Amino acid sequence: MSQSPQIKASLFATCLVDQLFPEVGESVVRVLRRQGVEVDFPPDQTCCGQPLFNSGFRKDAIHLGRRVLKSFAHSQYVVVPSGSCAAMMKVFYPELFDDDPELGPQAKALSDKVYEFSQFLVKVLDVTDVGASYQGKVTYHPACHLLRELGVSKEPEALLRGVTGLDYVELPEGATCCGFGGTFSVKYPGISEGMLNDKLDNVVKTGAQVLTACDSSCLMHIGGALTRRGIDVKAVHLAQLLTGEG
Amino acid sequence: MAEVKTQEFQRASVKALADAKLQSLLGRSMGTFDGARQEAIEELTPQRWEEMREKGRAIKRHTLDNLDYYLELLYDRVTQNGGQVHFARDAQEARNIVGQIARSRGLKLAIKSKSMVSEEMSLNPYLEEMGVEPVETDLGEYIIQLAQETPFHIIAPAMHKTKEDVSQLFEEKIQRPNLKNIEEMAGAAREVLREKLVNADMGITGANFLVAETGTLVLVTNEGNGRFCTSVPRVLVSITGMEKLIPSLEDLGVFMRLLPRAATGQRITSYVTHVSGPRRSDDEDGPEEFHLVIVDNGRSRLLQDPDLRESLYCIRCGACLNICPVYHKVGGHAYGWVYPGPIGAVVSPVMVGLNKAKDLPHASSLCGACRDVCPIKINIPRMLLKLRTQLAESSDSTQRKVSIGEKLMAKGYRRLMSSPKLLSLTHRLGRLAQRPLLRKGLIRTIPFPPFSRWTRSRDLPPLASKPFRQIWAEKLGKER
Ligand code: SF4
Repeated sequence: MSQSPQIKASLFATCLVDQLFPEVGESVVRVLRRQGVEVDFPPDQTCCGQPLFNSGFRKDAIHLGRRVLKSFAHSQYVVVPSGSCAAMMKVFYPELFDDDPELGPQAKALSDKVYEFSQFLVKVLDVTDVGASYQGKVTYHPACHLLRELGVSKEPEALLRGVTGLDYVELPEGATCCGFGGTFSVKYPGISEGMLNDKLDNVVKTGAQVLTACDSSCLMHIGGALTRRGIDVKAVHLAQLLTGEG
Repeated sequence: MAEVKTQEFQRASVKALADAKLQSLLGRSMGTFDGARQEAIEELTPQRWEEMREKGRAIKRHTLDNLDYYLELLYDRVTQNGGQVHFARDAQEARNIVGQIARSRGLKLAIKSKSMVSEEMSLNPYLEEMGVEPVETDLGEYIIQLAQETPFHIIAPAMHKTKEDVSQLFEEKIQRPNLKNIEEMAGAAREVLREKLVNADMGITGANFLVAETGTLVLVTNEGNGRFCTSVPRVLVSITGMEKLIPSLEDLGVFMRLLPRAATGQRITSYVTHVSGPRRSDDEDGPEEFHLVIVDNGRSRLLQDPDLRESLYCIRCGACLNICPVYHKVGGHAYGWVYPGPIGAVVSPVMVGLNKAKDLPHASSLCGACRDVCPIKINIPRMLLKLRTQLAESSDSTQRKVSIGEKLMAKGYRRLMSSPKLLSLTHRLGRLAQRPLLRKGLIRTIPFPPFSRWTRSRDLPPLASKPFRQIWAEKLGKER
């Protein structure tokens, strides 16, 4: 009997998961291992540089990007539990390092290896049923960069539908931004809150007990308002639902 | 140039958010605008729509890459057709050209069809000053003119006015009281305007497209007023930017599929007017003179910047405004200059000066919805990022507008994220510092900015007891 060679994936946890939501990282590792993937965690990793890049500090973003290129130079795949950080590495790094004869090709090579978590499961591993079960009504917020920079729209929904017992409800006006936008949320708190209010209204409309997404940043934003207002909906990363937590 | 209030975006946006009437109006109307667009695309089929977008984009790129050639061609054709072409470097020059035409021919009454470029120039006050009465003939623009305001939206200038607002305005300004519904109001406006229309000696229009090979100016309207303006008065002056150029009538076919669908969800607008010069001897009507004023007013700067050039592909359909969640919250006036919304946040800073509009490129969550709906696939988020980079890093100190605080934070963040050791240490210190702030496991308030601007409406999760890297090192990494 021939066995396919084991798939090896390096986890880029993202700074937010590392510092605030380590349980998301743990879930990602568990889900991947259950699929037979050998997971490693290059210890030198920190942040992809996106917060700096989005604020216009391109040079500083390049500085952090260089570190990432080095840390993941030898990985077979790089899995990222964030659409927005994955977009930074997959879409924006090649642009950032475009005119660098040495790092340009490295950025391109990394770009080809980087996958957002749900994208990796569905596109690379070709699974939608990871063997999880969850009792309850769940709705899903498609994060902007995941949707529009990476073009990931069906994958998370397919994975949710693969969870035994999970009752999936679509989020009305789901594709509208939640108002996070990194520094935008503190530069323009009023506008950000206006957008967030619309998002909350739609979440409540679904009657779901859980709101999930593939980005801890959006979940922190929406979740922070849910707890503040005492709305009984939990904001949970997709990876956590796929381990049956939540 | 039109009064620049882009510096006040911060304040204006806060004011707009506090305006309950405006908020309810925006909430009600914005969704329907985009709904019509989506239906029109479904009907055409999304595949065809994509093909058209690619074509439209390619035509715009080609035209702007060969702008000199097409401008010359247009010049020759318009001149051959008996028209006159004028070039204006800026708003001032453009005003002088129009003023000179009116003065030398003794013109007194100008009827106008919608023109955003004339807004850039603040043409109406200028004409009034020199004794020419300008009358807007597009209903929305007419309302705005009566109210002495600026357009709120590129294609629906008076969308922020309720029926009641307009009723009151008509009572005060044109003495037509007790108008109940839109039909009555449109009727009243028509009566007032009709008299102006037949007596006008000057017509002023913008342009949706300029067809180089035939020297044709194309106007796309829904009210037929454009046709009046181009055929009744004896002198016609059309004012526009050079980015409206397209090579041929065949190309026009592509844009006539894109523009109405993206703008209003229409398959075609009610009127499409072609002007190819003044009246010929066998024409029944038409102006005796036709002047085409091509205005730069900052467009060359956009053209010269390879990163921002594609902003000139814009056909001013307004779709990016209709989808933009920021525009939905602050509306058009907050942007502080002629062009609001996502595309305005790109072009206004370059046209009025980045130092006066530093808040605009940041007034976006970079969600990318604008790029998705744009019929020309203009990559607005990328251009906003480029402008942010100019603000943060430009070697030209007049363009660099970043606060010391922000700069320090960026440097500090870079430093922190350059060293996993420093990050671990900071994590431990942060754990101690956050302790007094914790309430039921969450941080409810941090009393200083920028964090206070977060916690005013959202809780913040605390730093985890162990960062992921530590969990991995101690346990997870050793498991299988
Ligand atoms: S940028 Fe695109 S969507 Fe926005 S007005 Fe211009 S053409 Fe329309």
